[in-house]
Amino acid sequence: MNTPLLAFNDKGIYCAAADVYLDPWKPVSKAIISHGHADHSRWGHQQYITQEDNVPIMKHRLGDISVTGKKYGETFTINNVQFSFHPAGHILGSSQIRVAHKGEVWVFTGDYKTENDLLTVPYEPVKCHTFITECTFGLPAFKWRPQAEVFEEINGWWAQNQSEGRTSVLFGYSLGKAQRLLKHLDPSIGKIYTHAAIENMTEVCRSLTDFPETIRITRDTKKEELLGNMVLAPPSAHGSPWIRKMVPYVTGSASGWMAFRGARRRRAIDKGFVLSDHCDWDGLLAAIEATEATKIITTHGYTDIFSKYLRELGYDARTEATQYEGENVSEDAKEGKEVSE
Amino acid sequence: MKRFAQLIKTLDSTNKTNEKVAALAQYFREAPDADKVWTIAILSHRRPSRPVKTTWLREWAADLANIPMWLFEETYHIVGDLAETIALVVPASEQENEKSLSAYLADMIALKPKKEAEKKAYIQQHWNRLGYYERFVFTKLITGGFRIGVSQKLMTRALHQATDIPEDELAYKLMGDWNPSTISFEELVLAEDTSHLISKPYPFYLAYAIEGEVRALGDVTEWSVEHKWDGIRAQLIVREGEIFIWSRGEELVTDKYPELHVLREALPNGTVLDGELLVMREGAIGTFNDLQTRIGRKTVSKKMLQEYPVAIMAYDILEWEGKDLRKQAFQQRRNVLEALLAKLPIKDVPLYLSETYSFESWEAVAEERERSREKHSEGLMLKHKQSPYQVGRKKGDWWKWKVDPLTIDAVLTYAMRGHGRRTNLFTDYTFGLWNEEKTELVTFAKAYSGLTDQEFREVDAWIKKNTLERFGPVRSVTPHWVFEIAFEGIAHSKRHKSGVATRFPRILRWRKDKKLEEANSLEDLKGMIVE
Repeated sequence: MNTPLLAFNDKGIYCAAADVYLDPWKPVSKAIISHGHADHSRWGHQQYITQEDNVPIMKHRLGDISVTGKKYGETFTINNVQFSFHPAGHILGSSQIRVAHKGEVWVFTGDYKTENDLLTVPYEPVKCHTFITECTFGLPAFKWRPQAEVFEEINGWWAQNQSEGRTSVLFGYSLGKAQRLLKHLDPSIGKIYTHAAIENMTEVCRSLTDFPETIRITRDTKKEELLGNMVLAPPSAHGSPWIRKMVPYVTGSASGWMAFRGARRRRAIDKGFVLSDHCDWDGLLAAIEATEATKIITTHGYTDIFSKYLRELGYDARTEATQYEGENVSEDAKEGKEVSE
Repeated sequence: MKRFAQLIKTLDSTNKTNEKVAALAQYFREAPDADKVWTIAILSHRRPSRPVKTTWLREWAADLANIPMWLFEETYHIVGDLAETIALVVPASEQENEKSLSAYLADMIALKPKKEAEKKAYIQQHWNRLGYYERFVFTKLITGGFRIGVSQKLMTRALHQATDIPEDELAYKLMGDWNPSTISFEELVLAEDTSHLISKPYPFYLAYAIEGEVRALGDVTEWSVEHKWDGIRAQLIVREGEIFIWSRGEELVTDKYPELHVLREALPNGTVLDGELLVMREGAIGTFNDLQTRIGRKTVSKKMLQEYPVAIMAYDILEWEGKDLRKQAFQQRRNVLEALLAKLPIKDVPLYLSETYSFESWEAVAEERERSREKHSEGLMLKHKQSPYQVGRKKGDWWKWKVDPLTIDAVLTYAMRGHGRRTNLFTDYTFGLWNEEKTELVTFAKAYSGLTDQEFREVDAWIKKNTLERFGPVRSVTPHWVFEIAFEGIAHSKRHKSGVATRFPRILRWRKDKKLEEANSLEDLKGMIVE
């Protein structure tokens, strides 16, 4: 058998023909990056290539790196291998990476969702022979409701808390979820305050799209002015001394994991909103079908179960071990890492 | 049903006791009477018996969700709760549904004798019709308890807020054997006279564990000391020529212990005793492990009656000559009890007196506590001589002073996903001890509690990276971590592979400092058994 176009080794997803890695987890010379989350864009590579919207995000997170930005759909060639970025709809600047060589096409999803969140460039199916997909929520228990319904619920919750004289503290990780929440919060209800980690990241994202006005919480922020308003905070702020300023407050968390009652209770959150930047079960199956791929590789999430089901559907599906964080580390842990940097 | 589902949702989404009580009280003010009765029944574990097998529920849900059975099972392992899994996988629907809670319960009772096809039609139709949360609650009504952190005490408090009836009185009214299908809210809660219910037990008075120094309790001579027996707390009622035995879980267990029925002749009518149900062979106390062979068995073989005969070790009398003695001082009640037991009309009945001691110093009390293991007790009970018999768990007059647990260092060998708030986290662990050659770890106990949430998360992440094999929901892991396991009692056991049964094992601490080889052996454990 010939060397496959993309192979999984101890550093990442390797394209031998071009001698580049996709989303490597150990330092390499040339890395093509799907999106800005810490488990996909790591520190220490000599050269980064990513979609152009992701450039300011990565620079914010990783500092002074050597990075080239490409437009969605723009093809670039390395050693006769063609690469291009296509919208993944996961967070701002997130992409699927298409790799084509001698008539063979592979697509690596990074993380993605199929629902249009009216913030990111919506996901586009890309036809390929082999589709490397995440399946963070690859169980039939995960079925998202349309985001309009979820945001109606979130804004209703905020208004209700306000009428009871309480501040709403909503947790979401600082890159991605926080901006999606911000985009759809209703500023006519009240003011939106932000934790510094979220404010800093949002400032970067303001160069990419419009957001409602936010107020950074600092040492000088008065307790009284917060009352009845909205506070966006990373999950790591939950239970920290920082949050005491918000008293009296009610906590909410927006995450796909909130679909499980146990997850809500474990985090001692008052209100859970099921809102994810990953595909749900039906989203994954629909996305796979749309690629027309026959070979599927699952990278993180409920990989064993999901690929077994795909095989029953007739796909040639398998799992490859990666260090992307699906089941092991839930979104709040991911956040913790990000904040501590 | 909508109202009840909303109540469960509210109770489930807050950790704050006051909010739970407020939501319940509001429900008790607003809901129709028949629904209130059913809500009390459900929250006090009086659901009607299950109308369908859970295996059928799984098959019918997989069928509606259009997924293979194995995928449903895998999903269930991860979600950790059957009703929740079903509510999640069955396709969404938001139809209006006005049927009341009591109507649903009536349906379920009527469903029980029906044929499989009819059951399937009924349940699938309702799954299709209900929204996510109502579907979850509907299925929970079939499958089991809600695990929403509402104790009998909280429910009684809420009912008190809604009706103004004192909590103690409510607790008494809600005890015992009543049928939610036939009793009205008026009869159960509001009516004054409850004397017609001859089987009705009194609410148990429960003690807290002592905090801090025992001498802080003051004058030692004011305290009555007795051993804390390691059996099942039981209330023995003889009224109108009938006998009733209640366990602390408010379960009527009379039929499980036929050897106690002779007490109907030995005790006069209008007698209620509080005591410990224990295995007793010719006056010698058996272990809790012995008793376990009897718990949960409805039919008892002759052999079992011979090998594991039970008796009541009485420590208090709550009713005498038909009168409620609970307001009297403990010392007075004891006098009545001791006089009664001293001259029983029949000899050699399975009823013993739990001895009380009076000490001159707390040091002497502490010395008696040291004798607990040899006396097969869990420690001491300290009861104030002037104490009335209170309702529920109260501080002040009664304290338990248990012996320190036994401990051993064991190795984590298997892990399973938890339930409830630990769903999707590996929190249920199996521990092994070294065999004599130190070549193999022999499973000796399972433990589910004792780590902080943070530690559980850490162990969970480690387990997922160090899994050797998967067996459904269970994973074997690389032997690596040593944990200090505490337990209350220990006995030989034929039912356990290790040959040893431990009582209430739990994790005391994660011994990150200990190497795998430093864990204890099975021989070390066996050395702890008091012969």
